[in-house]
Amino acid sequence: MATPAAPASASAATPAPAAAPAAASPSVPVPSPTPASAPAPSPAPAPVPAPTPAPASSSDAAAAAATTAAPGQTSASAPAPAQTPAQSLPGPALPGPFPGGRVVRLHPVILASIVDSYERRNEGAARVIGTLLGTVDKHSVEVTNCFSVPHNESEDEVAVDMEFAKNMYELHKKVSPNELILGWYATGHDITEHSVLIHEYYSREAPNPIHLTVDTSLQNGRMSIKAYVSTLMGVPGRTMGVMFTPLTVKYAYYDTERIGVDLIMKTCFSPNRVIGLSSDLQQVGGASARIQDALSTVLQYAEDVLSGKVSADNTVGRFLMSLVNQVPKIVPDDFETMLNSNINDLLMVTYLANLTQSQIALNEKLVNL
Amino acid sequence: MLIIFKWGKERDWSILDNYGQVVLKIIKHYQEEGQGTEVVQGVLLGLVVEDRLEITNCFPFPQHTEDDADFDEVQYQMEMMRSLRHVNIDHLHVGWYQSTYYGSFVTRALLDSQFSYQHAIEESVVLIYDPIKTAQGSLSLKAYRLTPKLMEVCKEKDFSPEALKKGNITFEHMFEEVPIVIKNSHLINVLMWELEKKSAVADKHELLSLASSNHLGKNLQLLMDRVDEMSQDIVKYNTYMRNTSKQQQQKHQYQQRRQQENMQRQSRGEPPLPEEDLSKLFKPPQPPARMDSLLIAGQINTYCQNIKEFTAQNLGKLFMAQALQEYNN
Repeated sequence: MATPAAPASASAATPAPAAAPAAASPSVPVPSPTPASAPAPSPAPAPVPAPTPAPASSSDAAAAAATTAAPGQTSASAPAPAQTPAQSLPGPALPGPFPGGRVVRLHPVILASIVDSYERRNEGAARVIGTLLGTVDKHSVEVTNCFSVPHNESEDEVAVDMEFAKNMYELHKKVSPNELILGWYATGHDITEHSVLIHEYYSREAPNPIHLTVDTSLQNGRMSIKAYVSTLMGVPGRTMGVMFTPLTVKYAYYDTERIGVDLIMKTCFSPNRVIGLSSDLQQVGGASARIQDALSTVLQYAEDVLSGKVSADNTVGRFLMSLVNQVPKIVPDDFETMLNSNINDLLMVTYLANLTQSQIALNEKLVNL
Repeated sequence: MLIIFKWGKERDWSILDNYGQVVLKIIKHYQEEGQGTEVVQGVLLGLVVEDRLEITNCFPFPQHTEDDADFDEVQYQMEMMRSLRHVNIDHLHVGWYQSTYYGSFVTRALLDSQFSYQHAIEESVVLIYDPIKTAQGSLSLKAYRLTPKLMEVCKEKDFSPEALKKGNITFEHMFEEVPIVIKNSHLINVLMWELEKKSAVADKHELLSLASSNHLGKNLQLLMDRVDEMSQDIVKYNTYMRNTSKQQQQKHQYQQRRQQENMQRQSRGEPPLPEEDLSKLFKPPQPPARMDSLLIAGQINTYCQNIKEFTAQNLGKLFMAQALQEYNN
């Protein structure tokens, strides 16, 4: 029990389901000092004081820490004082350097689903909640799927249909067995007390769940998308509260997803928000138009620098140089031959395709004689 | 975000409204589950609104693996739809989607599935998503339905040449393509603006890449395979024709001989030989199934279309490259 790593291994042993991601990282002790840095001696179990409590209490603490926010919230946790030092461990859970902020990588399909379920909410419901599914990485959490969960909220109570959530998760698991429950999302601008309760529900499903808010009420004229993780705060030995610390949100795209999103983004520019899928040459035309726009921006910048309006930046200048040099310098004759052979290939293929088509049409006619 | 499909004038002209969310889900499903040549499939949910078919949501189907033989597909579907109903998502089945490998989707299986869907629900469509073409730069999502004529033929399950001739079905009239429109709600538009601000500009402009001979090569390879199959099919058909005509001749000869013999016997005063049933002696050969050749022809047609689109794009790109070079010199 001499090393600070011991609590981590103990915590990895006892809460079995939650420990799977934790076992991957020996750095679990590290995050804890940050959130509870003020009351330094007690909630710093990972460093020095940890070895001093008996092994029994550390495994106790680990078990208690598994249900992250729950014991901390209720002031009725009288045995809490003995365990609070270890409880400020943010669960034997997702690894990641907290100080820098863990990164949450979102796929746009999640946001689209969230907005869609918000639009379909029941009458009278101010917001919608749902589960987030995805995978955990060493330094980041990647959210790839979600589904909405029916819930009722009133002034004093919150009811979430966890049975439904479990069922849906089972169904989803059949299609993608790699996805885990990562946390939950809610639309709306703020985090309310109900959120804390719901977060507690979810912390039973997943270790250290993530909470994502999508502001569909468009406060400040923008739809802000934020992610939080809950941490304990407060004075140890007394009532412990829960604080939601923000995480960095990044958007991750697969290549094909990027193309899909680009296409869907086009509806922003059309009057009745409708677009059709364009045909072959139109797409090439569109792509070249985009490049042309980019080039004109660059040209504008160059002119400004020349006329002295904008100060020259060396890095940008280097990029511009490499841009201009991108066009390969080829001897004109060689280029002619290359170009012509390529064009010939394509023309031949077109001819053959047309020939094949007329052949099968002919065959059809003959057969039906 | 909706995808809208427009239908044919003969029947209900329906626009297929497809929500962009559906597009993203289909893309994601293929990306995560469908590597290699396996197809991924899923169900489309939505509504029929006057003359349009709106697709508002979709969910994927798990892959068929040998180890869950007791996996009940119908049950999965029912449970999924029931759950979705709780959260106010349209739970009406309006079709299904499938990914394809280089455009080879005209198969018997697809035909059967689409037929059963269309039989149950009049307006259902199958969305074909081509991930490889999409990765090349532009979303390739097409919607197909079976033509009414083909529906008739499938209903009777009679694929002999006579029935097909009666139905006057050519390979071009098997599937009709339905145009797709993507529609967004205002809130989704806001989301799109947000995303645009926050995400980095895509640094891969695949669409304008000139190095695409690999793709063309694969397409041509598949086309050649199909053409080979087609030629085999034609050979079979030709042999069948020849056999039938030979048989006809034999029948003729037999009949003539019979008549001659009978005449001879009559002249000799013997009783004529009984007329034998010709059909029992000469069994007509089995006509080859025409459905397969129709499917092959349809597939070849699709390949050719794809290739032509592809070459058109490439020619454009080559000319652009030429312009750049000329400017340089």
